[in-house]
Amino acid sequence: MSLILRIKKKFNVIFKFLRKKNRMKIGIYGPPNAGKTTLANRILRDWVGDVMGSVSEIPHETRRARLREGVTIEVDGKSVTIDIVDTPGLATKIDFHDFLKYGLSEEEAKRRAKEATEGVIEAIKWLDDLDGVILVMDATEDPFTQVNITIVGNIEARNLPLIIVANKIDLPNASPARIKAAFPQHTVVPISALKGLNIDTLYKCIAEKFG
Amino acid sequence: MEGVQLNLISKERLEKMSSMEKLRMILDEVKSGTIVVLESGLTPEEEAKLIELTMLEIDHENFVGIEVETYPQKSGGFLSKLFGKKEGRLTVIGPANKLKTLVKRDDLIKALVKP
Repeated sequence: MSLILRIKKKFNVIFKFLRKKNRMKIGIYGPPNAGKTTLANRILRDWVGDVMGSVSEIPHETRRARLREGVTIEVDGKSVTIDIVDTPGLATKIDFHDFLKYGLSEEEAKRRAKEATEGVIEAIKWLDDLDGVILVMDATEDPFTQVNITIVGNIEARNLPLIIVANKIDLPNASPARIKAAFPQHTVVPISALKGLNIDTLYKCIAEKFG
Repeated sequence: MEGVQLNLISKERLEKMSSMEKLRMILDEVKSGTIVVLESGLTPEEEAKLIELTMLEIDHENFVGIEVETYPQKSGGFLSKLFGKKEGRLTVIGPANKLKTLVKRDDLIKALVKP
């Protein structure tokens, strides 16, 4: 990228910040099955009394980005209103054979794989229209995946505020410390989106980072 | 002789190529079964674009995607923060059905190449 383009991009970020939008658009990102939609559902249930979408143990359940506008979160007398974008899981490979293990027919598995590839592209395209990101990682998995590295790198390159969520701390082999050690430059909040563990800490962090 | 071809691309060669030239070269080589090693890696934006292009080329029969091995970006200095220029680090890219990550740390990557 030329120097002029880089400077232009940098100034766009500064102008965007100075315009102080009333509502920030926050993307929920992460690899498949990290718990992105479970977290989006938890936030919406707690603050709007609604859900974002269905969840499943089969990877790539969310294959289209979903936008929910005007979610107001109130913490310690401070309130922040955000638009939430629940994005499809990012991956570098999608093999329909992986879906057959979950009992899907070959036709269903192929269709799911095709839709999943389109979902990944959509998730990447959304990065250009966001004001902040919540990156959901599975605390039971190794955090040094290419997907995590690519997402963090792109968010840093765009100077977007980032919260890393170490999800699934209700599971016995969860290690949020491993995620903190892997990305020490970023705020890491350990939670269980499914059980609601430590979710108030996340809301406080959202109000501070995106408010 | 049978085996897996490795292409080691120097930093100098990569610097002469545009982003799209690099990504096209990588995908063409990887789709033909070659493992590509980039001395200076890709920028985060190029990595995202590579994933995007990969998704477009997955045919669900012969090509199911890529495996990428690279270290996390190092924090840059003041100028790199101001102008957003971050240099990529050594990166290995291969077809997902041939290259498998075994261990990945911030300073060590172990991978398996299947013939």
